[in-house]
Amino acid sequence: MSLQVLTVLVVGATFVLYIYIAIRSKAKDTSDFYVASKGVHPVLNGMATGADWMSAASFISMAGLIAFLGYDGAVYLMGWTGGYCLLAMLLAPYLRKFGKFTVSEFIGERYYSNFARMVAVACLITASVTYVIGQMKGIGVVFSRSLGVSFEVGIVIGMIIVFIYAVFGGMKGVTNTQIAQYCVLIFAYTVPAIFIALQLTGMPIPQLGLGSTMSDGSGVYLLDKLDGILTELGFAAYTAQKMSTINVLFLTMSLMIGTAGLPHVIMRFFTVPSVKDARASAGWALVFIAILYTTAPAVGAMARMNLMQTIQHGPVGSIDGNIEYAKVPAWFKSWEKTGLLKFEDKNGDGRIQYYDEKGLKTAESFGWKGNEMIKVDRDIMVLANPEIAGLPNWVVALVTAGGIAAALSTAAGLLLAIATAISHDVLKGWLMPDIDDQQELKFSRIAIGGAILVAGYLGLNPPGFAAQVVALAFGLAASSIFPAIMMGIFSKRVNDKGAIAGMIAGLGSTLIYIFVFKGWFFFKSTAMLPDNADNWLFGLNPQSFGTVGAIINFIVAYVVSFATEPPPQRIQDLIEDIRVPIASK
Amino acid sequence: MVEKSREEYWRRNIKLVTLCMIIWFVVSFGFGIILVHPLNAIHLGGYKLGFWFAQQGSMYIFVALIFFYSNRMGKLDKEFGVEEE
Repeated sequence: MSLQVLTVLVVGATFVLYIYIAIRSKAKDTSDFYVASKGVHPVLNGMATGADWMSAASFISMAGLIAFLGYDGAVYLMGWTGGYCLLAMLLAPYLRKFGKFTVSEFIGERYYSNFARMVAVACLITASVTYVIGQMKGIGVVFSRSLGVSFEVGIVIGMIIVFIYAVFGGMKGVTNTQIAQYCVLIFAYTVPAIFIALQLTGMPIPQLGLGSTMSDGSGVYLLDKLDGILTELGFAAYTAQKMSTINVLFLTMSLMIGTAGLPHVIMRFFTVPSVKDARASAGWALVFIAILYTTAPAVGAMARMNLMQTIQHGPVGSIDGNIEYAKVPAWFKSWEKTGLLKFEDKNGDGRIQYYDEKGLKTAESFGWKGNEMIKVDRDIMVLANPEIAGLPNWVVALVTAGGIAAALSTAAGLLLAIATAISHDVLKGWLMPDIDDQQELKFSRIAIGGAILVAGYLGLNPPGFAAQVVALAFGLAASSIFPAIMMGIFSKRVNDKGAIAGMIAGLGSTLIYIFVFKGWFFFKSTAMLPDNADNWLFGLNPQSFGTVGAIINFIVAYVVSFATEPPPQRIQDLIEDIRVPIASK
Repeated sequence: MVEKSREEYWRRNIKLVTLCMIIWFVVSFGFGIILVHPLNAIHLGGYKLGFWFAQQGSMYIFVALIFFYSNRMGKLDKEFGVEEE
């Protein structure tokens, strides 16, 4: 059976599964639609949260990013997991006790202000829409590379699938399919990783394999060997730090508080039965996420090792140390066709030289005329892994299904967050307060359908800034939503004026900092300063600025609150109430 | 539950959260970033210790920390008679 047919069968089978689950979980009322009637078991909610959280980027791009960043990749590993500690201890249990449907609803009631609620809605929708474009693109990319259909057809198929289960089932349908999608994606991620770890180190557990010796009998540790290979070719050592320490610190922190502030993640904790379950569920979510996130560094390092050793199989500088282009393995040729790998024989010797031109001073004396691997797309690292390791075709097909599962589950969670904000916060909460539950349910279905169309349209016609927007989503969540919720729980003194001023100051400063370097609204020509370390404030790159935005938010909120009157008694009582799991007698 | 013990419950919660946040900060920002160079002199199998904290250890500790917090809060809820049915 050809790989293509096999892939269609495997991916098709997962789609049948998702739709079957969706048909079985139709939402009856708004409580079903928004929070799955608060009846999701904490372990299952943890699994659903894992799928919700781990996007196309986590599945496809992260290991490749780490492969080329080495140690610095830790900012993503720690940043995208450490946020769950904040969520578990500072937000989730209290929001669950509050017991309503949306994040913005909490902000609106706690700060007794519809304006605060709408500011939160605006942040939420901007963050979620920017994020969902990336997922749509991810679906299109995986489809077009693996199934031989066009990018556009891939996005449309993805839209139809999400439409079926999100519109009918709401949170209930999304939760149940996310649980299935988690199983598909984690299986697809770990199977190739186990095989590659076995091949390179003889150790089947990738997390331990990364710290083991090579199985080639040399007794050298894998990471030491990789450091050696890379430095010999002029690259930075794998385990060395390249980014400045202040950026590593601030970027990690931005990603952590951004994670904790992303509404589609927070709202998953509204679905469990109790406060106790919300605490435990955050732990389970992180268990399921960490299975992938602790495997990723092993996949990254091992993929880099395989790539380097394939090309430079002998001593650096020796005549036959590099692979002949005529003898490259099949995966090399097939990825060359996609344009993600590009080779140019600069010195005409028929062999491939892959090295860092700035780092390797002696290159010319070998007769090398520049690095000949002119493009190595990072996404290849995960997608080509099974082929590089020589694994059977069903594993390759599985990786495709896993990538699609990761993108679909995150897209569904985001779309639900957007639709909920529109139907529950904007319509029911503000414009049409008199609609009944069934009408609201109808509007929420229309809203999610509309959100899917908008996301699909933006996926098909991606604005030029698509690559930049993830930084924006995290910056927004970190600088506006997280501080507002946290102060709402932990301070009785912060009032409506303080919270609104804080959100606007935090959000405004972060947006301005990003726009100054990336261009206003990401139009490159309007950038006011070149985006490099000389111009950055305190050497902070725009991605890392969310932390500063959050600090500004906290300071402004406290200063304004203390200069004005404290919140009314009923709000003080509300805060007392959410701090304790059961109501006071 | 009387008003005083609600305040005491919250005070104990804050104490526990503070402890957890200190550990959270030390293992990730401390061991994984600020102290990564000195710690890299120590080896844990084939891992340099600072690198291990940054790419493996901090995540394991995050997981353990949430369950520790969740467990302790469960006990605190019982002690103050505020656990849910």
